[in-house]
Amino acid sequence: MATTTQGYQGSDNYIASKPLMEIVNVSVALGKPLVIKGEPGTGKTLLAHSIAGALNKKLIIWNIKSTTKAKDGLYVYDTVQRLNDARFKDKDISDIRQYIKLGRLGQAFTSDEQLILLIDEIDKADVEFPNDLLNELDEMSFHIPELDEEVRAKHRPVVIITSNSEKELPDAFLRRCIFHYIEFPDQEMMERIVKVHYPDIENKLMREAIKKFYWIREVEGLRKKPSTSELIDWIKVLALGGISIDKISSEIPFLGALLKTEQDTGRFVRLSNAQGGGGFRKRF
Amino acid sequence: MFTDFFYLLRKKGVPVAVTEWISFIEALYNGYFQSSLNHLYYIGRAFLVKSEAFYDMFDEAFQEYFGGIKTDPVDLDKVLEWLENPVHKLPKMSPEEMAEFQQKLEEFKKEHDMEELMKQFRERLKEQKERHDGGGKWIGTGGTSPFGAYGYHPGGIRVGGESWMQSASKVAEERRFKNYRNDIILDVRQTKMALKKLRELKREGSEEELDIDQTIEKTAKEGGEIELVFNKSRENSVRLILLMDTGGSMWPYSELCERLFSAATQMEHFKEFKYYFFHNCIYQDVYEDISNYKRVPTEKLFSNFHSGYKVVFVGDARMAYSELFDVNGIIDYYSTNDKPGLEWLMKIKQHFPHSVWLNPTHKNYWGHYTVDTISKVFPMFELTLDGLKDAVKSLISRPKPMGQIQS
Repeated sequence: MATTTQGYQGSDNYIASKPLMEIVNVSVALGKPLVIKGEPGTGKTLLAHSIAGALNKKLIIWNIKSTTKAKDGLYVYDTVQRLNDARFKDKDISDIRQYIKLGRLGQAFTSDEQLILLIDEIDKADVEFPNDLLNELDEMSFHIPELDEEVRAKHRPVVIITSNSEKELPDAFLRRCIFHYIEFPDQEMMERIVKVHYPDIENKLMREAIKKFYWIREVEGLRKKPSTSELIDWIKVLALGGISIDKISSEIPFLGALLKTEQDTGRFVRLSNAQGGGGFRKRF
Repeated sequence: MFTDFFYLLRKKGVPVAVTEWISFIEALYNGYFQSSLNHLYYIGRAFLVKSEAFYDMFDEAFQEYFGGIKTDPVDLDKVLEWLENPVHKLPKMSPEEMAEFQQKLEEFKKEHDMEELMKQFRERLKEQKERHDGGGKWIGTGGTSPFGAYGYHPGGIRVGGESWMQSASKVAEERRFKNYRNDIILDVRQTKMALKKLRELKREGSEEELDIDQTIEKTAKEGGEIELVFNKSRENSVRLILLMDTGGSMWPYSELCERLFSAATQMEHFKEFKYYFFHNCIYQDVYEDISNYKRVPTEKLFSNFHSGYKVVFVGDARMAYSELFDVNGIIDYYSTNDKPGLEWLMKIKQHFPHSVWLNPTHKNYWGHYTVDTISKVFPMFELTLDGLKDAVKSLISRPKPMGQIQS
């Protein structure tokens, strides 16, 4: 039965929206992998850390790179090592087992307790990558032909998968998952997020900075909109620089912390001047 | 149980598979939705919709199907509770407390006119919002959601963001995900994603990947003496030429084209990437830089770039009849052309068989004779995300021959 009022409810250092919490709980209860998508800086990766912390389970992270193959997550057969050992004949190489090293998925399967498995940035890998994991995630088992052994999950791990949508994930894969798109936090949510990072920050300063931040995000045609992490950095700079609140509202000090490319800065300055903003030119 | 909703979703364009629907129904029977429309909306969406590109269509369907249910009991309770408790606490209630609360609620209802109450509520909310902006307490969300976006969880745990207390049908009604639809917008990032598919992997560059099979084979042949074999790693071998129309009728689409252009230039994904500009149609010259009219003879494209290059045109393909079919039809007053534009276009197609035309105008407006003719020379696609994907597909598959052209 669903006990969605218990289970995952966010954690001290991570702010999850209510729908997201419910979805996490459903996915844990049903043992279905949860695919999380969203803009950079919406806390996709942190979610897994938070779930692990809140449910008091160990977290295994499988960071995906463009070269990662699905098999790497299961096991690696270190043939070169074996070949090397065979050459110097100082080791018994008849036991293949010592050259089979379990990957992240394999480790999660063989663990004696239930784990949280984070497959981070799955879209970095080849387009076919998720499809290669279909069966393993469905059955929670795989076969090692070298040993003729079946590795079966003792406890189904809670699988969290993040994607930056660099590539689209295959339909067959998505059909087996639960999906949630994390929206960019609204201003209220952002205040809470900032508070988590800087509990002692002056409210007025924070609000003014956040207001400006959202205003900049709305400027049309920016190549890269500033994200949460940029805001956090910017607020830190503002606080360290002892910038007065008036200054933040009249101009934008340290704009470089928010906009990282020359084109964006140029575009922003042009537009804000055109809008009669006047005061932004002074200081960047 | 609401199978109609399944068909409605599909009608709206959400690609829901039967397996997904079955998991959804199972979850429903197992009580995961707690008979709340909010749960149904968010968790249902997590089961049925697997890309934010379809969130808007889901919202449309949800609105159509459940929109009639205006009073969400969950929400009404919270609204009233909020009125009773301005500090906006949402304590968890035991059944006794709940009964007491219900009783209070009844009394409250007897004493107050419900309409008056709702009016008061709205006013208070308005007041709250102003107070919030003024830097006081933060209750209720600014902006669009009328019922406030979050409540405290009893355990002191933070909850918030996506409007939970707002009725799901309201969220659906807002259609906040409109901008994520594939068929409407095309931002730089999405464009990059689409262009990424434009690749042909070939082994090139320095040898740095260990080829295990070859190594084993060689080593075995050497009688156990280890012989390591390395391979070149795979690289994208696509070379791309972008030809962009900067003519007057393209003005409304300049930003869209700029996005495509910046995506392509930022990517460093292609083996080689070249771009040129033209006005309406291509003749003996193309422009390297449109601002100072730096010309490059079109013939140079043929001599400098081999036929393996892929060519992407961006333009509305809409011009005067003479610009495409006549000698000296060129729009530029000071220029002449001794070959009609169409002839140049066909020459390009012959030299670069892998070429496509992206048109920023909607397909409905393609019924123009020059558009029609050009689309027979080059496969033509809309400059939308979906169109771009199809164009990329067409570029990496076997090129289609030209259609019959009458002039």
